[in-house]
Amino acid sequence: MKGRGGTFLLHAALIAGSAITLFPLLWMLSASFMSNGEATTFPPHFIPHAASFEQYRQLFVRLNIGRAFLSSTTIAGITTLVSLLFNSMAGYAFGRLRFGGRERIFGLLLAALIIPAQVGMLPLFLFMKSIHLVNTYWGAILPSLASVLGIFLVRQFMLSIPQELLEAARIEGAGEWRIYWSLVMPLARPVLATLAIFTFMTTWNDFMWPLIVLSDQRRHTLPVAMASLVGEHALDIELMMAGAVVTVLPVLILFLALQRHYVAGLMAGSVKG
Amino acid sequence: MKSEARAAALFLAPALGVLVIFFFLPVLAGFALSLTDFDLYSIGDIHNVRFVALHNYAAIVKSDIFWTALGNTLYFSLVGGPLTVAVSLAAALLVNAKATRFKSLFRTIYFAPVVTTLVAVAIVFRFLYNPRFGAIDRALGFIGLPAIDWLGDPRWAMPAIILLAVWKNFGYNMIIFIAGLQGIPDELYEAARIDGAGAWRQFRHVTLPMLGPTFLFVGTVTAIGYLQIFPEPYVMTYGGPLNKTLSAMMLVYKEGFRWWRMGYAAAIAFLLCLVIAAATAIQMRFQEKQ
Repeated sequence: MKGRGGTFLLHAALIAGSAITLFPLLWMLSASFMSNGEATTFPPHFIPHAASFEQYRQLFVRLNIGRAFLSSTTIAGITTLVSLLFNSMAGYAFGRLRFGGRERIFGLLLAALIIPAQVGMLPLFLFMKSIHLVNTYWGAILPSLASVLGIFLVRQFMLSIPQELLEAARIEGAGEWRIYWSLVMPLARPVLATLAIFTFMTTWNDFMWPLIVLSDQRRHTLPVAMASLVGEHALDIELMMAGAVVTVLPVLILFLALQRHYVAGLMAGSVKG
Repeated sequence: MKSEARAAALFLAPALGVLVIFFFLPVLAGFALSLTDFDLYSIGDIHNVRFVALHNYAAIVKSDIFWTALGNTLYFSLVGGPLTVAVSLAAALLVNAKATRFKSLFRTIYFAPVVTTLVAVAIVFRFLYNPRFGAIDRALGFIGLPAIDWLGDPRWAMPAIILLAVWKNFGYNMIIFIAGLQGIPDELYEAARIDGAGAWRQFRHVTLPMLGPTFLFVGTVTAIGYLQIFPEPYVMTYGGPLNKTLSAMMLVYKEGFRWWRMGYAAAIAFLLCLVIAAATAIQMRFQEKQ
C-alpha cells in the first residue's frame, strides 16, 4: 500500500468491513424500539418512527424474561466466582508448587483439550438425574466450576512469579494457603480479571448444556428462553429483537468496558500455547 | 518439599475433582454407554439396559441419516472453516497495516460479534434472511438480483448458516493473526525489499511462511469448534429443510434427548469425537510437512 490512493483504499475497505460487521447488531437495536409490524414495512427504514419501549414491556411483563435474566446472572455469577478460585488454586499448584508427577498430570489435562465435552453430555445428564440435579441451577453450574483452559492460563502467569519470593515467605513462616491468598493472588490480579471475563461470557452465552439440563421453563437461561420463544413468536420481529438485545447487551458492555484484559488473555492463551 | 507436595494436593483437589467427576468420567462413561441399548425404558428402570457390543455402531453406519448429518457437518467445516480463516487473515492484514489509523477502533468493531450470544444473533440473522422483508434480500433486490429463500431453500440453507458463522467468528482468529503478524521481525521485510520483492511477493514469501504456527493454531481451533456445530441449525432451521442443515451434534441431541435413545446417541457422539481427533491429526501432519 503506497501513497494516498493506497491509504484511501485501505480505509475504504476497513469501513466497509465495519459496516457489514455492525449492521446486524445496529439493526437489532433499532428494530427493538419499533412498534409491532414496523420492521417489515416497505420501503424499509432503519430508524424507528417513534422510539417505543413497547417490546421491552411485553418482554418483561407478559413473557417474564426477567426470570431468565436472573437465571443467567445467577448461573454465570456463581460459576465465575467459584471457578476463579478453583482454577487459580490449581494453576498456582501446577506453576509454582513442586510435587511428583506434576508435568505428567498437566500434560494429560492439556491433551484432554481436544476431547469435546459433548461426548460426556449423555452420561452427565443421567448422572445429574440420578442425584436429582436436573432442573436445578447446580446442575448447570457444577460442570463449569473448573476448566483446563482456565488452569492453563493461570499456570502460564504463575511461571513469571519468582520462586525466591515464595521461598522468602516460607522462611518467614507463612503457611502455603497464606502465601497463595495474600501474596500470589494480589499479584495475579490481571490474569484473574481476564479469566473472570472469559468465564462469565462463556457461561452467559452457553446453550447446549443449559438446554439439556434446564428443561423446566422457570429455570431457562436467556439463550434457552430465546430459542424457545422464537418458535412461538416467529413473526414478532420487533419483540424478538428486544429479546436479543437483552441477551447480548450485558456481555457486549462487559467486553467494551474490560476489553484490554480480554484481548490480552486471548493472546496469552494462543501465542504461548 | 514434603509439605509443599501436601499443599499441592489440597490446591489441586477442587479443580481436578470437578474435572474428573464432570468431564473425564462422563467421557469414559459415554463410550460404555455407546455399547448398550440404553433407551427410554432404561431411564424408567435401569435393569432394562443390555450390553449390545458394537451393535449401535453397526446400525449407525447403515443409517442414511447419519451420513447425511456427517456430510452436512463436513460441508459446514470444510467450506466455513477455510472461509472464516481467510476473512480473519484479510481483516488482520487490514487492521495491522502500517498506514491504518484508529487501529484499536477497527479491531474492537471486528471483534464485537465474537462476544455476542450465538442464539441471539442467530435469531437476528433468521430475520435478516427472510425472503419477504429481510435486509439481505432487499439489498439483493436493490442491485437487481432475485430474492433467495435463504433458510427455506435446501441449496441455500447451509451457505446461510456458514455466512452467520463467518460473521460471528472471524474476529477471534483475527486477533490471533494480528499477534502472529506483530511477531514477524521487520528485518525480514527489509531484506525482501532489498531483493526487489513487491507487496505480493513479500506476503507470499515472508508473511505466509512466518504465520505457519498461527495457521496451525487457528485452523485446529476452528475445525474443532465447527465440527461440533449445534446452536446455529437448532435456532435457524432445526436441521431443515430436508435435513440439509442437520449437523452431527444435532443428530446426537435429537436421538439422545428427544427420542431418549441414549446408547445410540452416545455412539454417534463418539464417532464425531474420532472425526475431530482425525481432523486435528491431519492438520498437525500437514503443518509438519510444510
